[in-house]
Amino acid sequence: MKIAFELNGASVELEIEGRETLAEMLRARCRLTGVKLSCEAQVCGACTVLVNGLPVSACTFLAYETRGKHVVTIEGLAESTGKLHPLQQAFLDNFAFQCGFCTPGMILAAKALLDEKPHPTHEEIIAYMDGNLCRCTGYLAIVKAIQQVAAGAAGNGHGSGDGAGKR
Amino acid sequence: MKRPGDFQVVNHSVPRSDGVAKVTGTATYTSDMTLVHMAWAKVLRSPYAHARIVSIDSSAARKRPGVIAVLTEDDVGDLYPYYGHAVKDHPLVAIGKVRFVGEPIAAVIAEDELTAQDALDDINVEYEEFTPILDVDSALAPGAQKIHDRGYRAGNFRGFDDQSIDIKGNICQEVHIAWGDVEKAFVSAAHIAEGEFYFPMIYAYAMEPYVAIADYDANGKLTVYSSAQHPFMVRQDLADVFRMPLNNVRVVVPFVGGGYGSKSYTKIEPLVAACSWKSGRPVKLQLSVEEAFLTTRGDDARVRIRTAVDAQGKLVARQATIHFDTGAYAENSPMVARKATNRIVGPYRIPNVKIDSFAVYTNTVPASSYRGLGAAQVTFPGESQMDELAEKLRMDPVQFRLKNLANRGESINPVARPIDADVPGDLREVAATLHMEKPLPPHHGRSVCCSASDAGAHPVTLAMVQVYGDGSVSVLSGSTEIGQGSHTVLAQIAAEEMGVPFEKVRLVGSDTAITLFERSTGASRTTTLMGRAVLEACREAIAQIKTMAAEVFGVAQEDLIEERGGVRHGEKRLTWPEILEEYFQMQGASIVGRAYLRRAGDLQAVPVFWEIGVVGVEIDVDEETGKIRLDSLATIGDVGLAIHPAMTESQDLGAATMGMGVGLFEELIYDGQQLMNGTMLEYRVPRFSDMASNIYLKLAQNQDGVGPYGAKGGGEGSVNPVGACIANALYQTSGVRIRRLPITPERVWKALQEKKESAASNSSTAHVLSKP
Repeated sequence: MKIAFELNGASVELEIEGRETLAEMLRARCRLTGVKLSCEAQVCGACTVLVNGLPVSACTFLAYETRGKHVVTIEGLAESTGKLHPLQQAFLDNFAFQCGFCTPGMILAAKALLDEKPHPTHEEIIAYMDGNLCRCTGYLAIVKAIQQVAAGAAGNGHGSGDGAGKR
Repeated sequence: MKRPGDFQVVNHSVPRSDGVAKVTGTATYTSDMTLVHMAWAKVLRSPYAHARIVSIDSSAARKRPGVIAVLTEDDVGDLYPYYGHAVKDHPLVAIGKVRFVGEPIAAVIAEDELTAQDALDDINVEYEEFTPILDVDSALAPGAQKIHDRGYRAGNFRGFDDQSIDIKGNICQEVHIAWGDVEKAFVSAAHIAEGEFYFPMIYAYAMEPYVAIADYDANGKLTVYSSAQHPFMVRQDLADVFRMPLNNVRVVVPFVGGGYGSKSYTKIEPLVAACSWKSGRPVKLQLSVEEAFLTTRGDDARVRIRTAVDAQGKLVARQATIHFDTGAYAENSPMVARKATNRIVGPYRIPNVKIDSFAVYTNTVPASSYRGLGAAQVTFPGESQMDELAEKLRMDPVQFRLKNLANRGESINPVARPIDADVPGDLREVAATLHMEKPLPPHHGRSVCCSASDAGAHPVTLAMVQVYGDGSVSVLSGSTEIGQGSHTVLAQIAAEEMGVPFEKVRLVGSDTAITLFERSTGASRTTTLMGRAVLEACREAIAQIKTMAAEVFGVAQEDLIEERGGVRHGEKRLTWPEILEEYFQMQGASIVGRAYLRRAGDLQAVPVFWEIGVVGVEIDVDEETGKIRLDSLATIGDVGLAIHPAMTESQDLGAATMGMGVGLFEELIYDGQQLMNGTMLEYRVPRFSDMASNIYLKLAQNQDGVGPYGAKGGGEGSVNPVGACIANALYQTSGVRIRRLPITPERVWKALQEKKESAASNSSTAHVLSKP
């Protein structure tokens, strides 16, 4: 079937199969491999993309359901000048990832949170983000990155290493 | 030696070199790659845990439109179809027999993934079922059927001094260590703690499941892209399978979506390479997470242990028998057994020790490395007993540990490098951070536990740096960037040494056709060994450039004064790139500095370094539901020097979080021959809401390691103590001692009920679940 939708701000028309998932369409047809597949069961959040601004698990969301809607992936977040979205910058500043496999989904889920609630409490961040798994970091740095953006404080991109205690 | 404060790039939390790629979705993982003319493979898996393959009929599958080839035991031709770095017992596809539910029995290669998947239904396999051997006791029972009834070759990277393998019945590997006279010591001891502990089967859940693309080309050259942690070990296995010279095999590792030990060693690469060899096409095999559950797990361990003290609180003896359920194939379980045997001693001076370990084959998913490599399995029992003994001695558990911890320079194992860390200092720091002296709120308990791991693995690490005439520097490293940040840390070291901006250093690797040999990326070795190799390679490059500078200046080398980033003669100063340009009289030329580290000199003694884990927790127990949550968590990374402090701390928190997962809820459960919870719907890993309310991440930077600037590795230590911390803290607040991980709400609730019931019947303190 043929569907038309908006992808990262551009109008797109694609011939797809009815059984195709959004993740399959984005990864294979649109070459947007920032959409990561892990659990494929709506548990881990790695494949999170935004459909009309709301986070969905692209692994189990049928591609045809995006017809007439706006889809945003991690590739669509930075400005065309290359300037990073504040959340992307905050993830860099806070070292909020290691292997990076969860990061696109994590950043998009955080964007949906901040779009809905620009100044969430700590508890609200935890509750909203609980559907996105990260196996590397232990989550603390991700919470800090989200709080940095919520506070409107842009980081300088350079940690000082002052946190290193020497005995 | 330079001290913190003297460094320009090192010891600073610079931006990650892979950062922008990872936050913009442009970082390429193997799962994102495609090759021209690439076909796809899918795997048919055994429904039986233990059976003889009577026949495989794949003729219908081969005829299905879109199918290019099928690979079964009948198609391996004159390949050497077994692999394994320790024991070559693992067939690339089942041969004659299946040994666990989920074992690959055939692969279909097709034009697309769906066709390959559909064609699996066309393959008919006839099995003759055997009684499955599903636990250690059945495997060791007299007359038990041998899971492996043929001989095997030793792998090339066993890691044992003795290259011979000695499989006895279903025992894959035995390890024994002993010193002193344990029996005598127990007879005269003042107090003894004795018990049986169980550490569960676990799944590492690297978020990117195993994936590989193989291209066996028309010239007989093999290129493999893989999510493997140790590309050089994979290269060796592939060279053996295809009976090829090493330089015919090229293994490339792009970004890797998590490992934690689970991507160590060869996994699916021989199968995928054989699919390419068979079909004449580049072939990709992307496993699902469900298939990854059926590929590798962590060894579960049953530990029977007793520990003795004298009346003054000095440890006098420890004896343990450890049984690992190794699953169907050896993988790295022989080394897990060996490391656990060493690591159960802990960071303590114990004059009498006897440890006997057995890695036992069963008809379950093959077990292998998991973060900590055997240490998590044995720190739980060892550190639980430290608290049990402290109670018998009526001593504070921290003071009891301090009385027995080895100081820097003291030996905890007569054949090992003396302790190269300030373990008592680390313990004091964590205890002070958690304010152990403060009164506890109701239902709260606190505990600090520790571990010492002989880390670094066998030190053979080779590196090159290329210094370019425009002032840029490339580091060619065979260490895999699996998220730990090695591409950033190694670039920092090169920038520090060469005196160039961090941004001008590029990391190249891992690619076995380009980068020099590095044994492995694991055992926390990269910063210590590859970091040091990069440092030495930079200094060797500088030595070469100084010779060139002497010629350019027309003076003797001794007359040149070296400054960071160049040399000076009188008033004239030239940078390294300027010297290269003058020397070659052309732009673009680059030179190579190299370093070859091996087990010699100050790397002769094993281990390369001791990785210390010290973790403290304060827990809050809901006695109505049995649910435990972490109120506070404190770690300390005793890393000598943190090349990148923020990433070092993040490694510790990540490790402690994995430790909490096993401590509270992670466990693979078998029901009969079937793995019951092999999906992420049913296997519970830590989430945002499991985070401790208060997190304290400390670093100890005493520059006491053999790595660059005194650095040592990190990232595994903090996994080990967490299970015991939770068990001890639970005992402290509730009086129940649980000797089986994970400490789930159900187990806590039952233990509390039993305690209440036994209190009602006026008996002594309940000791529950001592028998699994």
